[in-house]
Amino acid sequence: MRPPRREALAGALFVLPWVVGFSVFLLYPLLASIYYSFCDYSVLRPPVFTGLANYRALWRDEVFWIALRNTAVYAAWALPVSAVVAIGLALLLNTGVRGMTVYRTIFFVPSLVPMVALAVLWQWIFNGQVGVLNDLLGRVGVRGPNWLGDPAWAKAALVILAAWGVGNAVVIYLAGLQDVPRQLYEAAGLDGAGAWQQTRHVTLPVLSPVILFNVIMGIIGTLQVFTVPYVISPAGSPARSIYFYAMYLFDNAFIYHRMGYACAMGWILFVVILALTMVALKLSERHVHYGGI
Amino acid sequence: MRRNGYRARAVALHAALIALSTVFLFPLAWLISTSLKPIEETMKTPPTYLPTHFVLANYARAFTYGGDTLGFIPFLVYGRNTLLIAVLAVSGAVASNAAVAYGFARLRWPGRDLAFAVTLATMMVPFPVLMVPLFALFQKLGWTGTFRPLWVPAWFGSAFSIFLLRQFFRTIPTELSEAARIDGCSEWSTFTQVILPLARPALAVVALFTFMAVWNDFLGPLIYLSDQRLFTLSLGLQAFQTQHGGTEWNLLMAASTIVVLPVIALFFFTQRQFIQGIAVTGLKG
Repeated sequence: MRPPRREALAGALFVLPWVVGFSVFLLYPLLASIYYSFCDYSVLRPPVFTGLANYRALWRDEVFWIALRNTAVYAAWALPVSAVVAIGLALLLNTGVRGMTVYRTIFFVPSLVPMVALAVLWQWIFNGQVGVLNDLLGRVGVRGPNWLGDPAWAKAALVILAAWGVGNAVVIYLAGLQDVPRQLYEAAGLDGAGAWQQTRHVTLPVLSPVILFNVIMGIIGTLQVFTVPYVISPAGSPARSIYFYAMYLFDNAFIYHRMGYACAMGWILFVVILALTMVALKLSERHVHYGGI
Repeated sequence: MRRNGYRARAVALHAALIALSTVFLFPLAWLISTSLKPIEETMKTPPTYLPTHFVLANYARAFTYGGDTLGFIPFLVYGRNTLLIAVLAVSGAVASNAAVAYGFARLRWPGRDLAFAVTLATMMVPFPVLMVPLFALFQKLGWTGTFRPLWVPAWFGSAFSIFLLRQFFRTIPTELSEAARIDGCSEWSTFTQVILPLARPALAVVALFTFMAVWNDFLGPLIYLSDQRLFTLSLGLQAFQTQHGGTEWNLLMAASTIVVLPVIALFFFTQRQFIQGIAVTGLKG
């Protein structure tokens, strides 16, 4: 056995790149961001400390509230819709159908499409005049809205788009489902539980840690939504209906050069994400089952 | 009786899955179909689902478009730029994350578990918080307007990849490293000669994820790059769309296909590792 001291030294050396990376690309920016959020700062000139001015200004900033509200509404729809679609697909795939690999691949492929290409493609599908979606809807007698041209429908279009890209989550759910012990179903079957009851009382409880994980990742990702709406319209048109929090933050930082203001927005976002994650964890205490059933 | 029940169930399941598969594949089919149509045909109502005339030349035009602003072939240049960043980032990510994960997984040192918990916690930090100070930092270093902000950080590890590799390293029996030590191997040669060869599948997953991240990245290049000649495919595609103002959809779809296809092709060749990687990382979070 080599002396633990040597091992400790080796450990430190192996981890060194990350210690540097963590300090330079994470810890320093985090601390700088806190400081800047209390400053008037435009990168061109050194930051000037202004106390809570940025936060006070945000409180009175109408656009801030619009962007925050848009983001909240979008997340409130996109998260549950994506979760239901992903869990539904995973349950279907977990029935032991033949060709599961093929189906799984088909559902996964959309989530490989780079965000910019995804935005461009769906803009074309949602096109109000020559869009294929409205043509398809027309064939079944539904008059489709002018999706991305109508403030009332633009967010709905983005929710559909999010649901199309759930393949990642489907794979994670599927992995979780395949860990459900077979005996549990057999026992439930002997007790006379039907398919729905088995899903409700066996599958979902066992899957709950995975659901919690996906919900938390979903909260973090959805509240930062940027690329797709930005590519569709940097101004969040129509009528700022898809102008989201990260877009306003980006504009403040790199268009209006209000870097301190943008940092304050960043910290508010961080606090919101943390708070929602805590709520999710708290609520899950009663509903999430970890092993040992 | 019972068997018929199973049959009916299987038929219903397949019917549902085929219907859903059609829904999920349709947008991609539409992408490719549009990319092959002549421009007049893209404006037809009702739309034609398959091109009546196939125009493969759309792809050549998408590649060479942009002559009016730049006077050269932007998409090839964008592709080359993206590949260059990806190669630099992927090689850095594989090397650094492997070493760091090894330090976390197989060596004992004081404060290790706390440091690892901190590493995991960093995944919670939203990028918008770091955006401004990182930009200011790279500005001070004179790196804005170059590729450096897009690949140098990859050489210093990422929490996600460290986590993934650590999980994998922990599954390798400790007897192997102990045997190597008894044979007089240094810690470094144990790592490179014993562990790394065994970890090839996990390293491939990290390489894949890093490549995908670079290929998909939009916000990074948007913040740091301003010279059109340095644009990546994502930025190029967005610029392409803005310039076209939504008119030449067939060319825009051909350009999008050029951006989408390499990732899907890569996925098909590495499917198993890809899915495993996602499943492993997804579950133990």
